Amino acid sequence: MRFAKQPHSRIPLPGKPGTCRLQVRDLGVTLDNESILRGITFQLNCREIVALIGPNGAGKSSLFRSILGQIPYTGTIKFELAGGYPSRPKIGYVPQSPSFDRGYPISVLDFFAAAISRWPVFLPVPRHLRERVDECLSRVHGEALLYKRIGTLSGGELQRVLLALALEPIPQILILDEPLSGVDVGGEHLLMEMLDEIRQKYDLSILFSTHDFSTLRQYADKVILLQQAILKVGTPAEVLRSQEFQSVFHLNLEGGDPA
Amino acid sequence: MNFWYWLVSFLPFEWAASGSMLFMKNALLAILVVTPLFGILSTMVVESRMAFFSDALGHSAFTGMAIGAICGLTQPVWAAVIFSVVIAFLFTLVRQRTRMASDTAISVFSSAAVALGIFISTLGGQSFTKFNNLLIGDILSVAPSEIGFLAGLLVLVLVLWLTSFNQMMLSSVHQALADSRGIRAVWKNFLFTAAIAVVVTITMSWVGLLVINAMLVLPGAAARNVAKNLPQYHLISVVGGLVCGVAGLLVSYYVGASTGASITLLLSLWFFVTLLFKKAH
Repeated sequence: MRFAKQPHSRIPLPGKPGTCRLQVRDLGVTLDNESILRGITFQLNCREIVALIGPNGAGKSSLFRSILGQIPYTGTIKFELAGGYPSRPKIGYVPQSPSFDRGYPISVLDFFAAAISRWPVFLPVPRHLRERVDECLSRVHGEALLYKRIGTLSGGELQRVLLALALEPIPQILILDEPLSGVDVGGEHLLMEMLDEIRQKYDLSILFSTHDFSTLRQYADKVILLQQAILKVGTPAEVLRSQEFQSVFHLNLEGGDPA
Repeated sequence: MNFWYWLVSFLPFEWAASGSMLFMKNALLAILVVTPLFGILSTMVVESRMAFFSDALGHSAFTGMAIGAICGLTQPVWAAVIFSVVIAFLFTLVRQRTRMASDTAISVFSSAAVALGIFISTLGGQSFTKFNNLLIGDILSVAPSEIGFLAGLLVLVLVLWLTSFNQMMLSSVHQALADSRGIRAVWKNFLFTAAIAVVVTITMSWVGLLVINAMLVLPGAAARNVAKNLPQYHLISVVGGLVCGVAGLLVSYYVGASTGASITLLLSLWFFVTLLFKKAH
């Protein structure tokens, strides 16, 4: 409740000068003497949904982890509030969904309460905490999942639970690592609609990686094609039509057939 | 202890009469303290896939006993406790550094430890027979000081659980999520592993090295079959362990068999009952 009522800076439109933004400049990552990322420069504006695409091993997860501050990097990552004030952004992160053991007797409530509170969840969760979890789940229309065992959730349901977790407390930037993997087509649209709704409601920017190009046109404002360096940035149409895209993935979506 | 003896004298068993069969009363108290401890640890052992690992810890506790005995200590169990805590620390370190829980690595560690134990205890043509009771266990060997120590350990584990259960659980089921929320559980995992090492080492001489791991795995494994959430999981694990423990002690007393084996058989039976229940639903 505390977080839901938090005042948000009023920002009119994404991408306009003076809005909050994340600026990544000349970012490089080297792990074990191997260059994973180099010369990464881009900007993520408030309310923007940016998709990160690229083959496996292109460095998508490394880019996320450097923004999250989990691995060392060179270059700068800056976050500015509206008006250009530098700040440390609150980042919500939805990790690539693991497969939970089906047999593990842990309910969504237990899992959620363990992550957002200090209440030791091997004891029954008290009512006020259960209500807080319920409220968090309602942000992703997931109240019905409260007592389900985590291992029995479908891919889409699990993503929604992890999304609700990343939204507590409400972040300024939301990062999702392959949110659509393991989610069926109906679930994909539900999830993307939800992200669209969330960015409007909470004034936040969304950065996600995906291998699913069919949703890009409809939901992404901008697409970044990554393979160690940024090969192409632009609108979904621009990137999907580009030479770079075709040579990286050896296919042509414009023609409709995989080459 | 006198208060406990007085309390037990109200039980309707012949051995419970005041002034007699103190070993049986010690054993009962020991079971009442140690089974909840095993029950709590068990859920985390099962979920962190540490069943084999805890087995290996038990084996290295035997080596500690052998080292303690050769150093001429009258109470080698305390040497064994220290030794197994050191082993627990090394294990945790290896697991953390390499993110590895591989069967092979554990097996290497464990066989080396057991071999060292047997080597030391038979050095110079000594007979191994004095260690036989470690393998089968002897409930008569329960000492009140050990019960007190384990009661203290139970309190410590409860404190660890109350303060750190969430972090340990999250980092074991979902490392990436735990990382992203800034959860570091290395030390907590070491304390958890050390608690396993200590409880296994002390109770090994009561219930026997051969079956000790059952006490640590079966309560959680059985509870897992029927529980729907974490509170149920813990409750069923603790209660199941407690009931099988006490029943196993009574059975062994009246039929005259090893207590460790009786408890383990009951726990196994309980596990299959829960398994059938799970299949039925």
